[in-house]
Amino acid sequence: MSIRRGLLALLAQEPMYGAQLRSEFESRTGGTWPLNVGQVYTTLARLERDGLVEGAGGADAEGRIAYRLTGQGRAEVQRWWAAPVDRGDTPRDERVIKLALAVTVPGVDIQRLVQTQRTATLRHLQDLTKLKRVTSDAAEQHTPDGRGPGQRNELAWLLVLDNLVYAAEAEIRWLDHVETRLARESTRAPKTPHRDTATSQTDRSPSQTDRSAKRASR
Amino acid sequence: MTTSPILLLDNVSRVHGHDETAVRALDGVTLEVHAGELVAVMGPSGSGKSTLLNLAGGLDQPTSGRVVVEGSDVGAMSLRDLAALRRRSLGFVFQDFNLIPSLTAAENVALPLELDGLRVGKALRIALDSLEAVGIAELADRYPEHMSGGQQQRVAIARALVGNRRLVLADEPTGALDSQTGEAVLRVLRARCDAGAGGLLVTHEARHAAWADRVVFLRDGVIVDTTGTPPSAESLLDSAAAV
Ligand SMILES: Nc1ncnc2c1ncn2[C@@H]1O[C@H](COP(=O)(O)OP(=O)(O)OP(=O)(O)O)[C@@H](O)[C@H]1O
Ligand SMILES: [Mg+2]
Repeated sequence: MSIRRGLLALLAQEPMYGAQLRSEFESRTGGTWPLNVGQVYTTLARLERDGLVEGAGGADAEGRIAYRLTGQGRAEVQRWWAAPVDRGDTPRDERVIKLALAVTVPGVDIQRLVQTQRTATLRHLQDLTKLKRVTSDAAEQHTPDGRGPGQRNELAWLLVLDNLVYAAEAEIRWLDHVETRLARESTRAPKTPHRDTATSQTDRSPSQTDRSAKRASR
Repeated sequence: MTTSPILLLDNVSRVHGHDETAVRALDGVTLEVHAGELVAVMGPSGSGKSTLLNLAGGLDQPTSGRVVVEGSDVGAMSLRDLAALRRRSLGFVFQDFNLIPSLTAAENVALPLELDGLRVGKALRIALDSLEAVGIAELADRYPEHMSGGQQQRVAIARALVGNRRLVLADEPTGALDSQTGEAVLRVLRARCDAGAGGLLVTHEARHAAWADRVVFLRDGVIVDTTGTPPSAESLLDSAAAV
């Protein structure tokens, strides 16, 4: 599901070949989601079938076809940027991948994207908190000295809920961090290669170093 | 139930300083808090959260716009009426706890009641209940300097909740507390709102904001988003399916 959307997001920048899409996807998401070329071509075929992408001209000398977005495909990408990622049936990683792509594809309102996701996650957190209140109120209804199986079950359920609460909280803290990080980035003096090399190693983003470390270890 | 809000901020702006040094701490904020409702305010440092709370509590005046508490325009009140309103209707937990060092925990909590004319013995008894609610009844006779930061914070909360306050304003009330105690404080605040008070809570912690009925996000003095009236789980699923 997010491979599909990820490829569409990349094509919003410029037409690309399958192999190019694969390497762009991997490098921009820090290698957290390796793809094989087969997956990319199958996904492209489905996207073409659904009218979201089309071939951009004929095959080149090496027989490669570049794909580009149709109007419908472009609208699909816009919808993805605008809406929070659904918690229901997608892996949690889609939020991370979406952000990584949004940072590298030009013209995305990232501040808006971050806020939309944060509001959605906070709503989820409100629902979890309500469940916790109901459950612990119910637990208190039991006889005070009762250590029956019912009470153990409620305790177990409360601990599971706490886990979900902390996971949602972590996601919001990460979004807060992304927001301040990007704000700091945008107030920096215009980036030139000279300035970048002039800044000290410690000024480097941890994600940057993590990422190269991860690459090196692969 | 259509009631007028306990707190209304109507297109409120607050500019600190003048000319080049002017800081627009709040810019056209409109917000209502109704009886029974707990509203949380989140936002980065400097986004205007404390400014908003101080305006709501009548501790600061807006540059433009109106602040209305229980139907009365705070800007149009005499100082005397404002002081009475703060004593009777408002509970305030400050970012720094503002306890009086020469008074014990119980005396600190009882002070607003005594100022309002209650007998000392009665005020102290009510104060003890309030300390009990935040889990520190045994510290009633201690002075602030002999308490940990988290304990002082709970005394400040007990003071804000004592008596029949209609509007409770809390600025980072869980800052110095561990996760269990922080949650206990939120339970007390939540219970007070469920019993009919209005609550406005500033916090950095999403986990604590989630106890509110509504979470408002401030950035650069502007409300940029809100979780709205909390939707039911079904409507959340519907909106997700529509994406
Ligand atoms: N008395 C003052 N004089 C001048 N500027 C002020 C004054 N009080 C606040 N400000 C400015 O107004 C803005 C909002 O401040 P405020 O204290 O409301 O932020 P906050 O959201 O509570 O931040 P924090 O999370 O750090 O407590 C900031 O830019 C601050 O510097
Ligand atoms: Mg503040």
